[in-house]
Amino acid sequence: MCDQTFLAITFGPCDSCSENPVGRQSRLDGRSQRATKNICSCCSPFCPFPMACQGLASGETLKSLKAESETLRKKLEEERKKLHDVELEKVAEKAEALGELNMKTRRTLKGHGNKVLCMDWCKDKRRIVSSSQDGKVIVWDAFTTNKEHAVTMPTTWVMACAYAPSGCAIACGGLDNKCSVYPLSLDKDENLAAKKKSVAMHTNYLSGCTFTNSDMQILTSSGDGTSALWDVESGQLLQSFHGHSADVLTLDLAPSETGNTFVSGGSDKKANVWDLRSGQNVQSFDTHDSDINCVKYYPSGDAFASASDDSTCRLFDLRADREVSIYSKDSIMFGAASVDFSLSGRLLFAGYNDYTINVWDVLKGTRVAILFGHENRVSSLRVSPDGTAFCSGSWDNTLRVRQEGRGVVRELKQGGTTPYLKNIFLFN
Amino acid sequence: MERVIVAMQDPDMGVKMRNQRLLITVIPHAMTGNDVIEWLIQKYNITEEEARHLGGLLVQYGYIYPLRDPRSLLLRSDDSPYRFQTPYFWTSSRWPASELDYAIYLAKKNIRKQGELVDYEKENYSILHKRINHTWDFVVMQAREQLRASKQRRKADRIVLECQEQAYWLINKPCPGAFDVLDLGPERCNVLSSRVALIEHSRRALGRNRVKSSICLESFMKYSEQYLHHDPIMSGCLPSNPWISDDTAHWTINTDMVGTPTRLRVERWSFSFMELLNDSMGRREFMIYLEKEFSAENLCFWVACEDLRHGESSKIILKVEEVYKNFLAPGAARWVNIDSKTMERTLEGIKRPHRFIMDDAQMHIYFLMKKDSYPRYLKSELYKNMLAKAIVPQETKKSVFPFMRRQRHSSPSPAMVTQATEDDGKAKGAGPTGTSSTTNSQI
Repeated sequence: MCDQTFLAITFGPCDSCSENPVGRQSRLDGRSQRATKNICSCCSPFCPFPMACQGLASGETLKSLKAESETLRKKLEEERKKLHDVELEKVAEKAEALGELNMKTRRTLKGHGNKVLCMDWCKDKRRIVSSSQDGKVIVWDAFTTNKEHAVTMPTTWVMACAYAPSGCAIACGGLDNKCSVYPLSLDKDENLAAKKKSVAMHTNYLSGCTFTNSDMQILTSSGDGTSALWDVESGQLLQSFHGHSADVLTLDLAPSETGNTFVSGGSDKKANVWDLRSGQNVQSFDTHDSDINCVKYYPSGDAFASASDDSTCRLFDLRADREVSIYSKDSIMFGAASVDFSLSGRLLFAGYNDYTINVWDVLKGTRVAILFGHENRVSSLRVSPDGTAFCSGSWDNTLRVRQEGRGVVRELKQGGTTPYLKNIFLFN
Repeated sequence: MERVIVAMQDPDMGVKMRNQRLLITVIPHAMTGNDVIEWLIQKYNITEEEARHLGGLLVQYGYIYPLRDPRSLLLRSDDSPYRFQTPYFWTSSRWPASELDYAIYLAKKNIRKQGELVDYEKENYSILHKRINHTWDFVVMQAREQLRASKQRRKADRIVLECQEQAYWLINKPCPGAFDVLDLGPERCNVLSSRVALIEHSRRALGRNRVKSSICLESFMKYSEQYLHHDPIMSGCLPSNPWISDDTAHWTINTDMVGTPTRLRVERWSFSFMELLNDSMGRREFMIYLEKEFSAENLCFWVACEDLRHGESSKIILKVEEVYKNFLAPGAARWVNIDSKTMERTLEGIKRPHRFIMDDAQMHIYFLMKKDSYPRYLKSELYKNMLAKAIVPQETKKSVFPFMRRQRHSSPSPAMVTQATEDDGKAKGAGPTGTSSTTNSQI
């Protein structure tokens, strides 16, 4: 394994108010970074909100600011190019080519009355929670296709849902601008809605939510342009992240060792990497041509992929600080709504608005397979925690769990014993 | 999408267009479904299935409309004729399909042939009639005018114009029940950016350290190779993939606390320190090893700090105190060895405890374990024994009788499992049996 240059973000007090914690970058071998002023987000004179222009000193017109930001951007591009000595395709020539990928739908989960907008796996590798446009959130045991719990939210368009790491609670939210946590009880007569806890409050719709490593904290992203970290127990805001200039549509938590960062993508075509503790925007990538619908980290945590309305998926490397690969094809004209990596990071599954799922070879940049089966947009796609299968949820009201179908093509027409298994599609 | 359509209409490279026969009349500039598909296959180098799918979408979105069966927006890969929709009617121009126009269209249909309106169209017609009653005369007059004008056109043109309009309205005012192609989801807004913040950010970004691309990309290659055999989608899984064979053996073998772990699992511990710690069995094994080396307090400290970071906010102060008492205070029972600077900073910070106060110390100990104890563990007898003991499950033979489907049993919900352990052995026996009866029922 190669040695990473460790750039740790240690903790220290803010330089101006000496109170709030602020992250400083420092090398682990003791050498200090170039001296930069480290101030917390409260003391920063550069307010992220466009209307408040207190940071503007006299004499700085809008024009000069624009010019300055342009030159800085160009400089940044140059800096990034300097260290770019090889393309991913060249490096990937050594990798062995992938054989034909043959994915079949193994389970079709029917039961939502309207478009499925979001889904998440449970850590036990077989349960799924999914949410839909009509406000229903259902917890399924995907293996048996039984529905285990169903909650009706008082809002439509539930665009975000997440399973807690312990498997004991789910979080969901949408047009109601809040994120609610429902503890899953096993008493069937119990009304789950009664135990609901409102955790997050935003000023616009909730687009994504995920639990951090425990049940106690939730990270949310919203259409009001911010992301926030909340404490579940008290409902308190622990940290907020400002920096997007439009709706934040997606977020993903880093799996890395000193896992303290997350990446978010928004309608402003940018993907930003944030530090959870200090609230600072650590890195930013803006090479997409349209809204970024989904971001996902590479399993090692050194890179992430994004799916966008410009019909491409791109891979961004965090250490090289640039985009390293584009996954696109002329015949794909519709935007990509969702992406996920396979366990080894070799395959990238992407669901598109033209009802298909394309499987890309991450290293070589080529398309390995195209999967049909859904009758409307694929809205969300996740690989199971142990990588055995992946599930896609679509606007055609169903979720499909798919897996490789090597070997004898079996006639999988079941004799109508179980109503759930009526539709098993075979692809070749 | 327009890119494709424009390319298709290109006279040299585009789809072959001929005069097509529709019943008796000859329609110019039309093409067959087959031609469309073939052209797509050639131009984009895709399979026939994909071309059919793509072509179907083009029809559904209204860029191509069928002449023979104008009500059904499907692309048939045979001789049925199709035509390109005029740009005026393209969906991307997003002209709001005004009520007035729709009313005129429906009125025309009504006048031309009584009873041609389908149910939902009749409903819409009457609704519109009520709503824009004041301009109804205008609507009817317009409809009559348009009909008169069209009578004076050639039959071919008339058919074309009719189909064109019909396709347009089919898409914009779809039949209830059929999905609306124009359904887009909640609105997204765009706010102007703040230049000042951008500048600050760019400045900071310039100061970053970057790594050479070659190093980063090599690391991806290595990672993929390393995990190739662990990826069930790429290399299959033993004994069998539960989703294919309906057999949960794979999951039962890999549960958290199983007697003998699988070989793949134990190998994974050697990939990185984080893998070892993330796996509860790995953590346990590592703890046993550290106890032998008399440095177990490091791992305990790390676990306590993780708990602090991710636990409940209300218990933070309590936890910080405990950690201090157990690990950091001079003469503590399990004193951890951290360097003086970090110790100073941590002790300072304890005076104002918050969630991340132990981060410095935790990281120091983490890297200490990673650089020192972890490599030694991998070389130790303990690990080697574990590896030797680990089983490689047999791949189950594919069943010869495909109709024999296994019973799919539900597993106890994780929520139930934790509840049972919390209830301190209260209803231990009732737990697993209780679930199989409740979870099998539908909601």
